[in-house]
Amino acid sequence: MPDRKDPTEKLDFDLIIEPNRTASAFFKELVRYRELFYFLAWRDILVRYKQTAIGIAWSVIRPFLTMVVFSVVFGRLAKLPSEGVPYPILVFSAMLPWQYFANAMQESSNSLIAESRLISKVYFPRLIVPTSSVIVSAVDFFISLALLGILMLWYGFTPSPGIAFLPFFFLLATLAALGAGFWLSALNVKYRDFRYIVPFLVQFGLYVSPVGFSSSVVPERWRALYSLNPMVGVIDGFRWCVQGTGSFYLPGFAVSVAVSAFLFWSGIKFFRRTERFFADFI
Amino acid sequence: MSDTVIKIENLGKKYMLAHKQPQKYIALRDVLVDRAKRLGRRLTRPFSDGVAAAKASGTEEFWALSDVSFDVKQGERVGIIGRNGAGKSTLLKILSRITEPTTGRVSIKGRIASLLEVGTGFHPELTGRENIYLNGAILGMSKAEIRKNFDAIVDFAGVEQFLDTPVKHYSSGMYVRLAFAVAAHLDTEILLIDEVLAVGDAEFQKKCMGKMDEVSHKEGRTILFVSHNMPMVASLCESGIWLERGKIVDQAAISSLVVKYSNMRKEGAGCSIDFSPGEYANAIAELLSASIENNKGQVCGEFAITEPIHLKMKYQIKKENISLTPNFHVYDSTGQCVFVASDGGFDCAGTRKASLGTYIASCTIPGNFMNDGAYSVGFALSTMPTVTVHFYAQNALNFIVLDDLLNTPTRGLYRGPLPGAVRPLLEWDSEKVS
Repeated sequence: MPDRKDPTEKLDFDLIIEPNRTASAFFKELVRYRELFYFLAWRDILVRYKQTAIGIAWSVIRPFLTMVVFSVVFGRLAKLPSEGVPYPILVFSAMLPWQYFANAMQESSNSLIAESRLISKVYFPRLIVPTSSVIVSAVDFFISLALLGILMLWYGFTPSPGIAFLPFFFLLATLAALGAGFWLSALNVKYRDFRYIVPFLVQFGLYVSPVGFSSSVVPERWRALYSLNPMVGVIDGFRWCVQGTGSFYLPGFAVSVAVSAFLFWSGIKFFRRTERFFADFI
Repeated sequence: MSDTVIKIENLGKKYMLAHKQPQKYIALRDVLVDRAKRLGRRLTRPFSDGVAAAKASGTEEFWALSDVSFDVKQGERVGIIGRNGAGKSTLLKILSRITEPTTGRVSIKGRIASLLEVGTGFHPELTGRENIYLNGAILGMSKAEIRKNFDAIVDFAGVEQFLDTPVKHYSSGMYVRLAFAVAAHLDTEILLIDEVLAVGDAEFQKKCMGKMDEVSHKEGRTILFVSHNMPMVASLCESGIWLERGKIVDQAAISSLVVKYSNMRKEGAGCSIDFSPGEYANAIAELLSASIENNKGQVCGEFAITEPIHLKMKYQIKKENISLTPNFHVYDSTGQCVFVASDGGFDCAGTRKASLGTYIASCTIPGNFMNDGAYSVGFALSTMPTVTVHFYAQNALNFIVLDDLLNTPTRGLYRGPLPGAVRPLLEWDSEKVS
């Protein structure tokens, strides 16, 4: 720990508290508090599945019903192209990452406010809160994934070998959700009306992301621009993994990865810069 | 220098207070509107000064702490006292890194844990067992540490049968006991505690005090304790810091600080107090004033252990022919009653009837009777045998007894602590019998 004023004292003390001093041992501290991370995630999962008898059912029903509606509206009524894949599978394999992203982002942007008592009474690396809140959404994701498996069995649909890359796209969605979550949770602490913006973002995102349709309907020259929405890359990736269809557009994908990475990196930066005021505002 | 574990230098914390904002939180909407307004103002009146602008935006600086410096040594138990809003909690929050100081620096040696609240992070849906692990992790314990202390925690809280019941079904007493038990088994070198002991029933408070005492005395840990409960602070800590409006007013041994603080709070100068009319009164009698005096008849709050202490109260009798017994109640700093004394014993036969008028009742505690420490005195007047209390000014005044360790007949040349509320000079006879 660098000590600017008096280097001789440095050896004596383990911790120096000063204005504008961000903990230089940030990552070391994150590692030290990893157990708190596990416990918070474990608590969220426990509470979720204890509190509501329909806890698990809820995480299945929501994406399933949305899938049914989308299949009917886009597949049957609008007759959008399905690239030879059963429309429910086309929708559901996009529904999965989208629901995961949306839930994770929502959970983590509300997480700091929800834990306000903790934040005003105990010290720990604040980054743990929005990060651990994503875990519940991840559990929901895996439950829905099992549902997708059942759906594929039902239609007798064999997945492409690309399915091995699924974890990678899952990570990408996590990265994007965390990045957005860091930004929104920190902003939420200071500006309480930010929480009204998040549901709007989620609703809006559902329609601009290629969930109800395949992104092949977007003209080729617009696709790189379209991929500025990081979920475009993730959802296309998921479809490619599950269906093995050729709508995977590499330049667009690179854009999505870059945007996700930037969101994540800048989210951490912003969070770290504002976190020392959390206790004063919350 | 080398055994200093907390070094605080010129610490300050500034808050911006908003005047016109009725709600606590900032809304982005308001910020945007405000910005737009200010922009508009600047466009219409480009040469207005910044002060006016700051005033218009309705914020003001407020220093919750300013220029606070002190050192805490290894194993020291420091009590921090002061009124509400004096900056006590802000100080603890800075030390526990919850909030950041605006100026100054704190250097800390060793692991530090803070208990600003009992049961932080407890979740009502989780069972006692689950909450122990969760709360432990939140307070900074590792899983291994919690597992090691698990039985001790359960035992201390006395909730064995309910370990697998969600804590929402616990009684509030059980809840608090469990929460405190987890906190009490924290294993850090430095503990910051904020009034968390002011919970639970009297029985459990006693248990908590015992535990805190054990932690601090036997294990030699460093403790910073913030509380309004003077007896508690006095019995737990050895030195004290008195904060007022964010600044240190005084820094001394806790016993003398508690007396000064308590008497200051009564707004009386020194150790005498004039009660406002009707404050302690009924139709029969009214307490007018009380004082503690030394042998020279001077109002005084500090006594050498060899010195007699005179307790005095002035009261008015408003109804004739009622038997009245003045009595004084002396408590030590832990809230334990040392004695209740009455003038000539409590008059149960009803023979001592007083006429109308103003009276002074006084008694003398002889020298070499009280132990060293802080005490408080209550002044009362009652009628026996029905125990009708006409007035009772509880803990109205405080005094402190000091042992200079030099010419104390009850001590001799021994320099260590002598426990007990009193230390009377008794008649002794030790002789060889065989």
